[in-house]
Amino acid sequence: MNSNSGEESLIALLGNPNCGKTTLFNAITGARQHVGNYPGITVEKKEGFFSVDGRALRLVDLPGTYSLTAYSLEELVARDFLVNERPKVVLNIVDASNLERNLYLTLQLLELGAPALVVLNMVDVAEGRGIRIDGAELSRRIQAPVIPTVARSGKGKEELLRAAVALADEQRTWTPIKISYGPDIDPVLDEMEAMIASAEFLTDIYPARWTALKHLEADEQVIEKGREVNSELSSKLEALARRVTEHLQRTLDTYPEAIIADHRYGYISALLKSGVVERDAKADRLFISDQIDRVLTNRFLGPLLMFAILYMVYQFTFQYSELPVRWLEDGFAALGGFMESALPPGPLQSLIVTGVIGGVGGVLSFVPLILFMFLAIAFLEDTGYLARVAYMLDRVFRTFGLHGSSVMAYIVSGGIAGGCAVPGVMATRTLRSSRERLATILTAPFMNCGAKVPVFAMLIAAFFSEQRAYMLFLLTLMSWASALLFAKLIRSTILRGPSTPFLLELPPYRLPTFKGLLIHTWERTWQYIRKAGTTILAISIIFWALMAYPKPPETVSRAFETRREQVLAKLPDDLRQAVETGDAKGAPAETPTRDQTPAIVQGAKEELRAIAREEAEANLKHSFAGRAGTAMEAVTRWVGFDWRTNVALTAGFAAKELIISTLGTAYAMGEVPEEEDISLSRRLASDPDWNRLKAFTLIVFIMLYAPCFITVICIVRESGSWGWGLFSVLFNTGAALLLSGAVYHIGIWLRLGV
Amino acid sequence: MAEVLLRHMAAGQKGVITKVKASGELGRRIRDMGLTPGAVIHVQGRAPLKDPVAIKVQSFVLTLRNNEADFIHVRVDEDNE
Repeated sequence: MNSNSGEESLIALLGNPNCGKTTLFNAITGARQHVGNYPGITVEKKEGFFSVDGRALRLVDLPGTYSLTAYSLEELVARDFLVNERPKVVLNIVDASNLERNLYLTLQLLELGAPALVVLNMVDVAEGRGIRIDGAELSRRIQAPVIPTVARSGKGKEELLRAAVALADEQRTWTPIKISYGPDIDPVLDEMEAMIASAEFLTDIYPARWTALKHLEADEQVIEKGREVNSELSSKLEALARRVTEHLQRTLDTYPEAIIADHRYGYISALLKSGVVERDAKADRLFISDQIDRVLTNRFLGPLLMFAILYMVYQFTFQYSELPVRWLEDGFAALGGFMESALPPGPLQSLIVTGVIGGVGGVLSFVPLILFMFLAIAFLEDTGYLARVAYMLDRVFRTFGLHGSSVMAYIVSGGIAGGCAVPGVMATRTLRSSRERLATILTAPFMNCGAKVPVFAMLIAAFFSEQRAYMLFLLTLMSWASALLFAKLIRSTILRGPSTPFLLELPPYRLPTFKGLLIHTWERTWQYIRKAGTTILAISIIFWALMAYPKPPETVSRAFETRREQVLAKLPDDLRQAVETGDAKGAPAETPTRDQTPAIVQGAKEELRAIAREEAEANLKHSFAGRAGTAMEAVTRWVGFDWRTNVALTAGFAAKELIISTLGTAYAMGEVPEEEDISLSRRLASDPDWNRLKAFTLIVFIMLYAPCFITVICIVRESGSWGWGLFSVLFNTGAALLLSGAVYHIGIWLRLGV
Repeated sequence: MAEVLLRHMAAGQKGVITKVKASGELGRRIRDMGLTPGAVIHVQGRAPLKDPVAIKVQSFVLTLRNNEADFIHVRVDEDNE
């Protein structure tokens, strides 16, 4: 049967991490690929389409794994895909310079019986190290085609594809190979295999011997499945496995798993003996990579260089993205301005300008930032340096229940003040251990992101103007301390559990390929745009409605109208015209004729603006957000916040930079643009309700409370559940209330700030 | 020929693994990476805070935490120190 029925033949790509799997995937599929997630979990699923001689093929890149056990999500995903989807061919990429360890996975694939094609990759690197491999002989011994390639340069790609199509056409049935596991295991394995085969126990998905082996290896997933299908046979098998385990522990002080692994490696070394691998005498010389490591992971020089490199990543991400971010912001502002003039004033204009353009613009302005961050991380990852960072910092981060790789997420989130939690949360993708990763995701938003900094700057200017630099440094330290301590708290309560085994490979240093970097960066950025865009649009419309509705009763707006008329009535007729055509609404419009207009017109305009600001304050107070803010006073009085602060903080949940402008509206200051916060700062400094203690309490609260909802959406995406998104909102706000409350009350007790 | 735990090996030392006492996930991970009895390892160095340790197995570099290295017994090649 030739698959011309419109259905593409399915080919899977399997291999260890760092064996050139992704490079090969990119070389084969080019741009025709698509990244998604496996249903319900956060492991990336990459698919691509290509054709050979008119044959349509679908290539799925399975997660990089060292083994096909059930311990990590990646391994489970790879294994389940193989047995459930039954690919026509499994391309098993093998790093030729690391043949033994890579063949360990190959062996498990062959034991599963999958139609494997071994791709002997990086033969150039191996030859550079004095290792020559006889592919034909290896192929004869493992009974599977072996094709040597160099994925980076695309060498061997054509032969590989032709061999893959040929193997797919063979329509081979899955035929597992049989490995001997020695006198302690083999008899019981045979017995179990016979029992499984005669009862047709799970044989529709797994080969009988493989199921038996998994029972001996205490593989939870397979055992669980077996219990569901046939609990009687399952308990018999488990009893047999237990007996062997006890026997081995008593007599040899070892486990079946250990013996099985030993025999697999034994099988591999027998495979490679005499004639397959040829090593040069000079193979023992120091590799270049090891020499680089002597400097980059040196006890003294290593950390210094690391901090310099991380600082450079930070600079690169934020400086180079600054200009495109501003272009996008200006573009959206211009679009908003255009729509404002094109549409008649009213709810529709307000919805489109504030709700839609403001919301979508807010999301898209992050795109350059995310793009540069992923580019920098892809570079560090592909060169192999990121693994060294994890290696050097692991001891510190482990103390707090995290992983060496957590540092990246913290720094990008604002560990160096001015980052952003959105790319920060996404940067945790380099972490493979799930508990550590989740703890990092949940605590990274405590860092001082670029949107919190202007709010802090405004408050510092108002109350701590003589200690600016000192305050910012203090706030950076405070955010690190909170992130690490809350990580420790989370890891010892809701995410309790031993740390995931570290065992990290330090791949040889490599120069990344340009194409690889671009594909890597783009696919992750595009994912952000697509997924974040839709949800965020909906939420930003909700926020707009909360701040704009309901309108105050007719009597209130009429009262403002009357006051406006009174101002105008005081003016002579000819000047009234000038005032009205200026900007009767009172927005801070600067007309070029300002200097020539008589003082009386200026005065009237001033008065009208003041009325408009008061009206905006009244509208805000009457809106859902305003009422909620007033209702929240019941709780927030404890930390000294009134409804104005509460509304500003609520708006800050939409985007932290909105705190300043909303506070401006609430204090009837008009909309305060971010750069011109001097007036608000002065207003607060002279307000008898405000003092240093209250300002510092607010700073602590803003540092810790709910992340902005764009971050929350990213948390949901990265953690794979809305529950964690909700948790981060509630937990962080709770933490903020508690700590800022402590600051406030200790402050009052010590009579600070008065 | 002395037998020591991997944790106690110094940078530059070479040896042959004699026993891996870990079971469960850690044991599986250790074995997946080729650390089985008979494997030759070479200590490359340690992280700046003395933990984790970097070793060379076959021809790749692997790092593991000291508390994970505690499960690995190594027969040290004394002349190679």
